[in-house]
Amino acid sequence: MSTQTQLLRFITAGSVDDGKSTLIGRLLHDSKSIFEDQFSAISKTSEKRGMGAVDLSLLTDGLQAEREQGITIDVAYRYFATPLRKYIIGDTPGHEQYTRNMVTAASTANLAIILIDARRGVLTQTRRHTYLASLLGIPHIVLAVNKMDMVDYSQARFDEIVAEYRKFAAPLGIDNPVCIPLSALNGDMVVDRGDKLDWYTGPALLEHLDTVEIDHDVNTTDFRFPVQWVCRPQTDEFHDFRGFAGRIEAGEISVGDEITILPAGRTTQVKEIVTYDGKLQTAFAPQSVTLTLADEIDISRGDLFVRSADLQPRVSKEFRAVLCWLSETPLEKSRKYLVKHTTRVAKCLFSSIDHRVDVNTLELHPAENLKMNDIAQVQLKVQQPLVFDDYATDRATGSFIVIDEATNNTVAAGMII
Amino acid sequence: MSTHNFTHLDALESESIHIMREVAAECKNPALLFSGGKDSIVMLRLAEKAFRPAKFPFPLVHIDTEHNFPEVIACRDKLAADLGERLIVRSLEDSIKRGTIVIKDESKPRNPFQSVTLLETIEEFGFDACLGGARRDEEKARAKERIFSFRDEFGQWDPKNQRPELWDTYNTRVHPGENIRVFPISNWTEMDIWQYIGREKLYIPPIYYAHEREVIRRGGNVIPVSHLVQPKPGEKVEVATVRFRTVGDMTCTAPVESTARTVEEIIEETATTRITERGATRMDDQTSEASMELRKKEGYF
Repeated sequence: MSTQTQLLRFITAGSVDDGKSTLIGRLLHDSKSIFEDQFSAISKTSEKRGMGAVDLSLLTDGLQAEREQGITIDVAYRYFATPLRKYIIGDTPGHEQYTRNMVTAASTANLAIILIDARRGVLTQTRRHTYLASLLGIPHIVLAVNKMDMVDYSQARFDEIVAEYRKFAAPLGIDNPVCIPLSALNGDMVVDRGDKLDWYTGPALLEHLDTVEIDHDVNTTDFRFPVQWVCRPQTDEFHDFRGFAGRIEAGEISVGDEITILPAGRTTQVKEIVTYDGKLQTAFAPQSVTLTLADEIDISRGDLFVRSADLQPRVSKEFRAVLCWLSETPLEKSRKYLVKHTTRVAKCLFSSIDHRVDVNTLELHPAENLKMNDIAQVQLKVQQPLVFDDYATDRATGSFIVIDEATNNTVAAGMII
Repeated sequence: MSTHNFTHLDALESESIHIMREVAAECKNPALLFSGGKDSIVMLRLAEKAFRPAKFPFPLVHIDTEHNFPEVIACRDKLAADLGERLIVRSLEDSIKRGTIVIKDESKPRNPFQSVTLLETIEEFGFDACLGGARRDEEKARAKERIFSFRDEFGQWDPKNQRPELWDTYNTRVHPGENIRVFPISNWTEMDIWQYIGREKLYIPPIYYAHEREVIRRGGNVIPVSHLVQPKPGEKVEVATVRFRTVGDMTCTAPVESTARTVEEIIEETATTRITERGATRMDDQTSEASMELRKKEGYF
């Protein structure tokens, strides 16, 4: 593995029996990412349970409680690498009650594999997973039609499922899903092509993962830099040094560029781009850097730098968002919560719930309240102005979490519209 | 971004820096757990990248089992001194003297007791966040742990009741008495660590490289001979060429036979090895499939 590989994060979504764990196990096994001691542990367990062959799905079983119940209860992260890419898999369970886990894993993914059982076709869960993938703005969608071995590797059956899926996915903005027939159990079209699916001319799953273009998954045009931490060494050598540390969330910046500091609105120029490895002339998303500025301006954590020439974000105390409620404790509209948006935390109120979305039918319903796994369009008021973009324009500056001050729990995830 | 040539190591590094800065900005009294092992040495370089030219906004803390390899302790002290950062060391011996740890057998691993001294140290200094160098690829329980991992008043991790973690928006809030463990290199693998050590030319304890050492073979493991581990009657001491993939408690950290004497050779070996890091080197994790999960629930790391 070279040091020039790219990083790709993906999730797998499917219902309980679609063979999701087997698919991940197959990817790890056939890409030679499984170690002997892991393999011998699952061989022993498979034998203990009286299974004929080694059950690859056991590789993704994590916690003791799950091993006892034989189900996956939370998001688990897996890693493997090919000569071209390093992969982070967010493994999410398919149960009805765990929408929140899929939302969690989807929030950082570049790509989603939506898994379908070829015998059962497009199900309610498929719609739900696809809707959530589109809601969370995952740039690349793969439809993996699994268990092709159970339908005699039938091209007609595959075409039928793909046609139905496309019809459903297009209105969600998923115009061109990559659809792959495969058998995770037998290993056809996962890493190796196998010899049963000769009628299929597209890429095998891993080949697609290795080659899909991900360079433009972040907004590369409009510079966004939330100030994270103010660097003031106050040593003899760096007596007057005042740097603003943070990660470039979108776009790029060069020394001399004019920037606007929001929400205050003052402008100045970038004097230096400082890193441990030396000063840079230009920096880009998602680099973490420290900026020094031409003028002395009162700036603190939570302020956002934008390049004055770029598209400007909105600055407001009121906005609409799609909210996914994650907590077992329902929303109480009369209460104040905290919003954490980029590096700023503010008190907030939910002034109205426009509607709740039925994730299975996508129908809109009026709602007075929100409980765990509910998705709804809401209107928020915040105590101090936030600087934001639409989630569709910029995932980093268009997203926020909601925290319950009483318990300090993260109770909701929001996407600004 | 391909025009910018942004590699997976660059992406992981930037993510880790971002996490460390969130801790510095939002937590009142954080600490960085530093053992002198390779993962925590990578953490130090990431902290330099996050905070220089300023000093680190937290002290380095080591919970010393007194079962450590002397080369690792020497490296710990050297790196802390070179960086000019404050190092706090608290020893299991202190807890033993206080009576909060009772040791029955000196030759047995001390990892199960580390959590006691860690929790006592957290209380002594009032730390609300501890940065640790754990990775999700190390072990099944860690694969499910959040980057910001919340602990209750007893330092316990409840795997079924974790805060959802979305985007890179981290919830750092705790009530007094509670704290969080933060793992900035969660998404790094053993291979990433070695590639980064190579790229950054990091100084690590020499026992990570192949060297000659007296060992005994016991129950399929190669065990280093030390003042804590002596051959039992009938066991033969031999000199083998070995290196350590992890450097923990001397009584339960096994080296692997290897001739890799440079980072490049280790990377090559890591790419072709067929045994996981912990599987090969940590005898205490082999006891039960759930042993790490149980230790974490008790407040370990």
